[in-house]
Amino acid sequence: MFIIKHKWIFLTVSIILVVGSLLLVATKGIKRGIDFTGGTEVVVSYKSAQDVDLGSIKDNLTRTGFEVKDVSLQKKDLDGTNYVSIKLLGEVSQDKRQDFERAYTFDNDPSFVTKQISENVIGPSIGKELTQKAVWSIVLVSIVIILFVTFSFREVSKPVSSFKYGLLTIVTLIHDITIPLGMYAVLGITHGAEIDSLFVLALLTIMGISMADTIVVFDRVRENLKNRKSNETFAEVVGKSLNQTLLRSFNTSLAVLLVLFALYFFGPLSIHDFSLTLIVGMVVGTYSSIFVASPLLVLVEKWQKK
Amino acid sequence: MKEKKFTHRVVAFWLFLLACLLWYLLLYKTGDFKYGLDLNGGTSLTYVADLSKITQANQDAANASTSVSTTTGQKVQTVAGTQLNIEDSMNGLRDVIEKRVNMFGVSESIIRTEYSRYTDEHRLIVELPGITNLDEAIQMIGDTPILEFKVVDEKTDSDTGATSTELIDTGLNGNYLKKSILSFDPYTNKPEVILSFNDEGKKMFAEITKNNIGKQVAIYLDGQVISSPTIQQEIDGGDATISGNFTTAEAKTLVTRLNSGALPVPVNLASSQVVEATLGTQAKTDGLLAGEIALCIIIVLMILWYRLPGLLASAALMVYVGVVLFLFKEIPVVLTAAGIAGFIISIGVAIDANILIFERLKEELRSGKNLSDAVEEAFHRAWTSIRDSNIASILVALILFYFGSALLAGFGLVFGIGVFVSMLSAMFVSKYFIRAFVPESTDSKYYKLLKFLFGSGFSK
Repeated sequence: MFIIKHKWIFLTVSIILVVGSLLLVATKGIKRGIDFTGGTEVVVSYKSAQDVDLGSIKDNLTRTGFEVKDVSLQKKDLDGTNYVSIKLLGEVSQDKRQDFERAYTFDNDPSFVTKQISENVIGPSIGKELTQKAVWSIVLVSIVIILFVTFSFREVSKPVSSFKYGLLTIVTLIHDITIPLGMYAVLGITHGAEIDSLFVLALLTIMGISMADTIVVFDRVRENLKNRKSNETFAEVVGKSLNQTLLRSFNTSLAVLLVLFALYFFGPLSIHDFSLTLIVGMVVGTYSSIFVASPLLVLVEKWQKK
Repeated sequence: MKEKKFTHRVVAFWLFLLACLLWYLLLYKTGDFKYGLDLNGGTSLTYVADLSKITQANQDAANASTSVSTTTGQKVQTVAGTQLNIEDSMNGLRDVIEKRVNMFGVSESIIRTEYSRYTDEHRLIVELPGITNLDEAIQMIGDTPILEFKVVDEKTDSDTGATSTELIDTGLNGNYLKKSILSFDPYTNKPEVILSFNDEGKKMFAEITKNNIGKQVAIYLDGQVISSPTIQQEIDGGDATISGNFTTAEAKTLVTRLNSGALPVPVNLASSQVVEATLGTQAKTDGLLAGEIALCIIIVLMILWYRLPGLLASAALMVYVGVVLFLFKEIPVVLTAAGIAGFIISIGVAIDANILIFERLKEELRSGKNLSDAVEEAFHRAWTSIRDSNIASILVALILFYFGSALLAGFGLVFGIGVFVSMLSAMFVSKYFIRAFVPESTDSKYYKLLKFLFGSGFSK
């Protein structure tokens, strides 16, 4: 009951975070990666005693005539290897290949052992398609979630109709994806982070896991409503259901979070940022299914009565 | 009751044996996993086919046929014909590139065509494992001879007497070429190239020669006229001979290029991806390590939280991991970094079902039920939650698989398989493993010990 009683505290925290994220996204914008805009990303590894000067790499490239979008440090290994991601607007044509290599190796500076480890060129039409597919995936997932929740809670029409359970699930999902978006708006300014297909994938995964979480709580509400005692209020039923599922939500989230940390610290380089987004999303998602979805359910019932 | 318990134990025993067999097969008897380019190193090239000529030709044909006959049947036929034509060209394109890639001895290359309804483009995707020099790869694919035949129509204006030439596209092109050979003119001993067409090509060539006797036919290679002989007579079922002014070496190169295939449609490189082999190997090792660590964390957590049921659930989890890995090998699923992440996350999600069941078990035990009833009740009660939350996850996976880009689809497939198998494993494997350890009655001498073991570890 504690959570239901103090619901406004928890809801306020969420509202501040969501509104803050929206404001950040609206004012600062989110940088779109080459997946969506088209362009080239080259990842170069630097083995060196000293730190790599990202600014100089950018200057070198610009001087050579490349349109540089961003140069950022992707990851630093324990053995001192720096993985630097170089993003260009165009591509590196065959005849400019040597210029390009000279620029990022500082004219073959012997204090660096460099190696170009991957290159990814996305043409504008592919970028357009990836954008549309990303948007469609998110739209479709949202629609399916609302339909599925409405369907599976169809027997619970009193006191809150099953359609509203679906809507509330969507509200928590919006909550769960706005906050990582806000985080990317901030990271975009501080680290030049950009959203790409993997970011969208992380959002969809968060949506999936958070929805599953919310469904578990709502499922318990459904069960307790069936065996509702005559003197129990709706708020009490929801509160009881929350208490009963709290430990499970906590344990599952902890398990998934630890798994994600394993992925973040030990997993492949290419999914490093992806794991970080998932970690943030997972925390936010667990919060929303415990402290947002159910309190909102109680509020909906209250407003209906009025 | 006793017999039922016995059955439970037999089932659990067989499941255990099967699981051992599965792991044995997995470790010693099955092949390797299939890895994507990001884990193996290699190059992936995406070309967009320029079909403007084909669609133009089709449109002309459609316009012509509608003007001749306006019956709806005719129209439908033309539209269907258009689709077919593009598909044929794309398949032809794929075959040609395949031949070319094979000539360079790249093993396990994947060449496929794809239609994007988002941008209305027909694409050709070439994946070359092991090739990490982008320029070399592009060279290998990109050297694209396009062979065309055009009739030179000379018109003399009756008033002014000036002549104007018009090139008429015949539709005969590299698509219809069976092979070409180098030969020498018996009289002049000059090198010439003989083109043999396939059946359809022969028919077209006969038609062209029959209708254009006395006219020149220009043979274009990559947009350049290489020869324009005058048609003397109808050539029925014969071969075309190009006797341009070649040196022997030039003629030889031309034959090789033509035989490796003239591209039926021009292509433009739209995107490319190169991953260095060492990065791929590193990513593979990292993915495996992260997976093992994740599995260990989960097993430790489960045993700390739930004691004996936790241990049994961990055993069931190993069965789950075995089944999924086996499916990955046998389907086979192409594993990418994102896919491995999907699998590792699905391990976390898989354990959710067990957590749901065991939390329920604690509740049921607290309400005073005996072990056997509590276990049955816990599985029964937890089922709706498990079913609904897992179906929801599977739906998301399906959307990713069908509507997402390659990256999303790969993740969706792995995640979907993972969640589905985990549901079965929790409801079936865990259940029988646990039932096998539940004493049949409260007077069993181990009851107290077992009840303690079934209690929870950390949280009271």
